Amino acid sequence: MAIGTENGIKKSVKTDLYQHHDYYGIDELLDQDHILARDAIRDWVKEEVSPIIEHHANAATCPEHLFKQLGEIGAYGPSIPAEYGGGGMDDIAYGVIMQELERGDSGIRSMASVQGSLVMYPIYRFGSEEQKRKYLPKLGSGEMIGCFGLTEPDHGSNPGGMVTNVVDDGDSYILNGAKMWITNSPVADMAVVWAKNEEGKVIGLIVEKGMKGFSAPEIHGKWSLRASITGELVFEDVRVPKANVLPNVVGLKGPLSCLTKARYGIAWGALGAGLDCYDAALRYSKERIQFGKPIGQFQLTQKKLAEMITEITKGQLLVWRLGKLMNAGKATPGQVSMAKRNNVKIALDIAREARQIHGGMGITNEYSCMRHMMNLETVLTYEGTHDIHLLITGYDVTGLNAFS
Amino acid sequence: MSFLFFKSIRTIFASNFTDLMKQLVCISKTPETTTQIKLSADHTSLDTNGVNYILNPYDEWYALVRALELKEQVGGTVTVINVGDATNDVVIRKALAIGADDAIRINTTPDSAMSVAKAIADASKSAAYDIIYCGKESIDYNGSQVGAMLAEYLDLPYINTVVKMELDGNTGTLTRDVEGGTETVSTQTPFVLSAAKGLAEQRIPNMRGIMMSKKKPLQVVEYSNEQNNTVVDEYQLPSGKSAIKMIDADNMDELVRLLQDEAKVL
Repeated sequence: MAIGTENGIKKSVKTDLYQHHDYYGIDELLDQDHILARDAIRDWVKEEVSPIIEHHANAATCPEHLFKQLGEIGAYGPSIPAEYGGGGMDDIAYGVIMQELERGDSGIRSMASVQGSLVMYPIYRFGSEEQKRKYLPKLGSGEMIGCFGLTEPDHGSNPGGMVTNVVDDGDSYILNGAKMWITNSPVADMAVVWAKNEEGKVIGLIVEKGMKGFSAPEIHGKWSLRASITGELVFEDVRVPKANVLPNVVGLKGPLSCLTKARYGIAWGALGAGLDCYDAALRYSKERIQFGKPIGQFQLTQKKLAEMITEITKGQLLVWRLGKLMNAGKATPGQVSMAKRNNVKIALDIAREARQIHGGMGITNEYSCMRHMMNLETVLTYEGTHDIHLLITGYDVTGLNAFS
Repeated sequence: MSFLFFKSIRTIFASNFTDLMKQLVCISKTPETTTQIKLSADHTSLDTNGVNYILNPYDEWYALVRALELKEQVGGTVTVINVGDATNDVVIRKALAIGADDAIRINTTPDSAMSVAKAIADASKSAAYDIIYCGKESIDYNGSQVGAMLAEYLDLPYINTVVKMELDGNTGTLTRDVEGGTETVSTQTPFVLSAAKGLAEQRIPNMRGIMMSKKKPLQVVEYSNEQNNTVVDEYQLPSGKSAIKMIDADNMDELVRLLQDEAKVL
């Protein structure tokens, strides 16, 4: 099922037949920018991602040439002002871009959302003017790849317990510690790292590849996000100049505000994966004949499909409204948690049901649903687990903190 | 050495000419290729409910992109022109996002090929464009008429189904599809061409282009169109495709019988 090569890998000749589904006419709520951005990214995904993604997911290799291309199309930091290398767009445009990228693959969306929301965004929001000028244009164009270090081997849901730390040494800090599950880290040119200072306060530092004592080994053996590269960050007495500290934030609210932005993108992105699975299952159910009729004519298949599009439509309304709140600067972290949690879970359920509709074909890489399903298992727990987001909502509505 | 010298002189000549080079690309809005076509109750128009529209691919992928390539090579401007109401603005903005400099929308109903051609001719005559592009057809009505009619109204040479076009000074060399082969012709600017697959390759607009398109001028021209002289009596949908019949490889007699009696091709 493959012919021709590009960047040394086979390109599939199978046509990506995806069509968008908009049961409630939500397109009418979008601006021209959003429609144009969404359609452009969809065309780009069909052209550049769909023909190679099964190969990379199968081989567990990262399509590194896409880092530059994602920069060219404008997928990094679309809501960061254009003068700093972003797109100058609003948060709904950012959302539809994430949706279309993840419609292709969650790993490709992860490449972009880490670069935009977790690397460019903290530098834009908390960095010095000099840091912004130095890093943002190169990150925006994809000339430079970044990653984000918060999670540690022993501190995932509880980032406040981090042990990575800095000690003041004149013009520099001496950084020690380790970070885990870092998207893009083995290929990154720089990392935004969160560490505790001597007073136990969390600060952000820009650590560059090549600094002595800094390494980023790859994590192998993932059954999920196989086309995205993941690694560790290891710091052994790394001397980081004080000019590399993000000057305008102290405390966990720094990394958490980045995560709010990224989680918002994931709420849109997961819908993309769900839409792709629904689209494939709907098409397959009309083509696959059993007992003399298309399986889509059976009530049990219709139940699956009807529930899928119902959940997708609810999810679309959720992120559209959340996007409006983000644009107005009114969205709360609790509202973002609700959307991330809901949309990832419905997408995962849709992927599983779509897999069933495809029968045996659903377990092969002829169809996208099992790849999406495996990807979404990661998305379900990264950037805040499904359970933690529930407890954030619980805390929000009761005022009683389940974590303390 | 002398060759290089000669080449640089030519470049100077080319750039002198091209400071003035003005290109116009006619663009239309068509239903998305996957649209399930439904007709109105009286079968005289398309039922537009739930239809998504796109920029006509022949106009976008081939005509507009070739115009932009030429502009990148020799300078000048690329204007896009469309006939229709404000709902067309989204496809016009796409053309601007891909790289056109400015746009004109003639605010009238595009009733027929002739009325569209007349409207464009009237709006573009005074601007004296060097090259005017159309797609070889729109993918909805497949009329392939606007380009020829426009050239006639403007009294310009018309070269259709163009798959290759180069410009040297003001001489255009164009290769067009003809039955079973190609034909290469040359002509002087100004001329009108219709673009076919092969003239250029699709360019996907990037986010920066989309945002820049907002700042580019879109001029709306009011126009009273009295040129419509065709009336649609009726549209009919094609009859549905019948299912594929699989015949056992050992059963040649049955295959021959079906080809003879049912398909009636033998």
